[in-house]
Amino acid sequence: MSKFSLLDHELIPHHEIADEDELKSILKHYNIGREDLPKIKVSDPVVKEIGAEVGDVVKITRNSATAGEAMYYRYVID
Amino acid sequence: MDNSIPSIPKRIGSIQFGLLSPREIRKMSVTSIITADTYDDDGYPIDMGLMDLRLGVIDPGLRCKTCGGRAGECPGHFGHIELVAPVIHVGFNKTIRKVLRSVCSNCSRLLLEDKKKQAFLEQFAKLEDMTHLPDAVINEVFKEARKTKVCPYCDHEQSEIKFEKPTDYIEDGHKLTATEIRDRFEQIPDEDIKVMGMNPATARPEWMILTVLPVPPVTVRPSITLESGQRSEDDLTHKLVDIIRINQRFQENRDAGAPQLIIEDLWELLQYHVTTFFDNEVSGVPPARHRSGRPLKTLTQRLKGKEGRFRGSLSGKRVNFSARTVVSPDPNLSINEVGVPLAIAKQMTIPVRVFSRNLELMRAYIMRGGEEHPGANYVIRGDGRRIKVTEINKEELAEKLELGWIVERQMQDGDIVLFNRQPSLHKMSIMAHRVKVLPDKTFKLNPAVCPPYNADFDGDEMNMHVLQTEESRAEASILMQVQENILSPRFGGPIIGGIHDHISGMFLLTRNEKHITKNEALELLRKAEIHNLPEPAGYDKDGHPFWTGKQIFSQILPDGLDLEFQANVCNKCDTCKKLDCEYDAYVVIRNGELIKGTIDEKAIGAFKGMILDRITKKYGSAAGAKFIDDVTKLATRGVMKTGLSFGISDEDIPREARLNIDEEIAKAEQDVADLIRAYENKELDPLPGRTLDETIELKIMQTLGKARDRTGAIAGNHLGLENSAVIMAKSGARGSMLNLTQMAACVGQQAVRGERIRRGYAGRTLPHFDKGDLGADAHGFVKSSYKSGLNPTEYFFHSIGGREGLVDTAVRTSQSGYLQRRLVNALQDLEVQYDGSVRETRGVIVQFKYGEDGIDSTKSDYNDPATIHKIVSSVTGKEVE
Repeated sequence: MSKFSLLDHELIPHHEIADEDELKSILKHYNIGREDLPKIKVSDPVVKEIGAEVGDVVKITRNSATAGEAMYYRYVID
Repeated sequence: MDNSIPSIPKRIGSIQFGLLSPREIRKMSVTSIITADTYDDDGYPIDMGLMDLRLGVIDPGLRCKTCGGRAGECPGHFGHIELVAPVIHVGFNKTIRKVLRSVCSNCSRLLLEDKKKQAFLEQFAKLEDMTHLPDAVINEVFKEARKTKVCPYCDHEQSEIKFEKPTDYIEDGHKLTATEIRDRFEQIPDEDIKVMGMNPATARPEWMILTVLPVPPVTVRPSITLESGQRSEDDLTHKLVDIIRINQRFQENRDAGAPQLIIEDLWELLQYHVTTFFDNEVSGVPPARHRSGRPLKTLTQRLKGKEGRFRGSLSGKRVNFSARTVVSPDPNLSINEVGVPLAIAKQMTIPVRVFSRNLELMRAYIMRGGEEHPGANYVIRGDGRRIKVTEINKEELAEKLELGWIVERQMQDGDIVLFNRQPSLHKMSIMAHRVKVLPDKTFKLNPAVCPPYNADFDGDEMNMHVLQTEESRAEASILMQVQENILSPRFGGPIIGGIHDHISGMFLLTRNEKHITKNEALELLRKAEIHNLPEPAGYDKDGHPFWTGKQIFSQILPDGLDLEFQANVCNKCDTCKKLDCEYDAYVVIRNGELIKGTIDEKAIGAFKGMILDRITKKYGSAAGAKFIDDVTKLATRGVMKTGLSFGISDEDIPREARLNIDEEIAKAEQDVADLIRAYENKELDPLPGRTLDETIELKIMQTLGKARDRTGAIAGNHLGLENSAVIMAKSGARGSMLNLTQMAACVGQQAVRGERIRRGYAGRTLPHFDKGDLGADAHGFVKSSYKSGLNPTEYFFHSIGGREGLVDTAVRTSQSGYLQRRLVNALQDLEVQYDGSVRETRGVIVQFKYGEDGIDSTKSDYNDPATIHKIVSSVTGKEVE
């Protein structure tokens, strides 16, 4: 079986581990801690794919009908 | 204030949910109930009976033996029934089944190894930390434990336990009695109970098997005295009587040493009565019935469903200060107003506190009393006493009126009220209106506000709520007033606007260059309160000045308005000739002056109205409201000036047109016959992805559809633009050209589920046709028009198609209603925060930016993100890419 990346599928938006500095400014902007972000399980296939670990924050770039592109942040949990 | 509401004696710190243990039931019980009788011959409650005075009182005059309170003061107290043998509580069947299957039948330990138990406990702790519910893990525990076939502690082999509705558990072909189950559960160690997600202190599994039954207080099941003096007991009391009777019989039989078979029967009967006491709609159990045959309403039925305690009594509330009646239209009212019948206005009151500045005014209200219109119905004195203002005491009350009293004055013009039409599906279903007290007996509203309420005047009723505090009135007038809701948040355009006659009226007025005399012009504009006419457009040959309809319409446009758009009547030509449009379908407004074009639905209609949209966004909601008010007034007069009527003769088409239509249909039928021949000779090529059968159907449908459109075009051409139905269809006021086609030319293909009609007899739809006939008329093509009348087969096919439409609407409303309920329940607590994020109550973010772009759609042009480009180009005068 050939290896393929989940992220290549058109229905899966781009996932990456969020940059710490960027994350800090986001958290400051919304005045929240990491735990207040929406969550994603570490066992989620796409989390495994990008190699994020518990405690990381995944940044998701989604195509949006209204805004063109929208950012979403999810806190990786166990 | 009123002393009838006692102060709260204790504050609730926390709530603990659990199972009632037999000890607890006995502890809270004030008496054991042993006799099934309720009242003695004198109508006095029997001691230790179901109406025992210690359970609370409902008859006036008696005092509760437990708390000494009278009827109304005593909250009621629980009693209990000692069950002779344990029975299963139906509500816990699911849990009992799960526990029974995951516990050893010999040693009662949870069928998991210690290591696994530990792991699950750790998972619980973690979930609690994150304030998540452990439901999923608990299910995992039961699933894992069930897989174990041999007890890891006593090596006892486990056998499958089958659950049979409603309350039977069968192990190895032998039915487990409630006693056996209870014995097993009693043996489960506390640590194992924790692993199953229960707290052994508040909920031990054996408590799911009842040995003592709590008897609800009489206040929960009050008996009613009928007119004949006979007492009628509550359904719950009836059920409790049954339980006590069987319980007693059981006891007697067992004491007398009755055979096992009889004991088992009685036990089952006791189980049945206790089951139906809790829930009378358990599947597999015949519902307990009243003597009349009506099923009893027991505990579950009281709580469940739309009329149950939760949805019906607690979340659903009934209100005072409200009125409901039929609605009718009145285009002379402002959209912000509502006409209220005098009879209602006299009943509805608004509390006003008396100050030095309004003392005299309030006196005047009281002096008029409750009969003469803006009067006062009640006065609340400084000590909280409420006094009705009557013809006798009104003068005395007015005299005594002091500062600080509250006068409940009658509603009058200008008061703000909430107006609502069910179903309340969106925020525009409840809007604030200003009162206009009118004679007659119906609520009046400007027909332009019909779209948001989805109201019409075929007998619709609407509700009115009178606001009672200054804060609520302020809030309503700022947030809920009709003018604040002209723009819909759904699509960012106006949802309130001209409908029906407003559109045809404006269309008739602004179409062509008609000559309007000074008198006519003033008459048209009189209600819009415009008293100065512009320079006349010209002079007649006898020297009288005249104005055009476009000029008249321009008078209600605000100054400085610039707008260009294609009207609804636009023919969608390949290249738009703009100002030179020969149909006058290109609307140009410069500096508040209608230069070119005809005003129709696209300009002033609800949902589409471009002018309306621009005015509301540029000049504010008050200007928008004023414009709609003026449009409704001007349009109704405009339509009256020429008149607009429709009759059967308006569907008349000349003979030649009729012949043309017949020819067109004959040609289509010929085409269909050719298609069928090609199909039968297998000369037809199937469309990609379709079978041959599908292809022929598709092609026939296409051919007939086109033919119908062509007949419509022929009819349309012959009816001409002066036909009132054409005027209404083209301007967008009501109806469509398709409706006209069906009336005047040809009704067309009737369809079921988007296909031609095929059902009926074997191989044919009706016995009038040959088997296998694929022709047009054999499958529901209606050649006739509504005016010419349908032949019997056509009529039958038309009925089939029509019925499908009716069924569809009925199904759609119920389905979308349920979808709406579920969506509302899921989303009701989400809130857009000041930082633009959408969060739920805990503060967890759901969307980082509302709608991902953070845009308030009411402030954008039809949700078009290019709004900003328009603003920039209007300021700089340059087009923006």
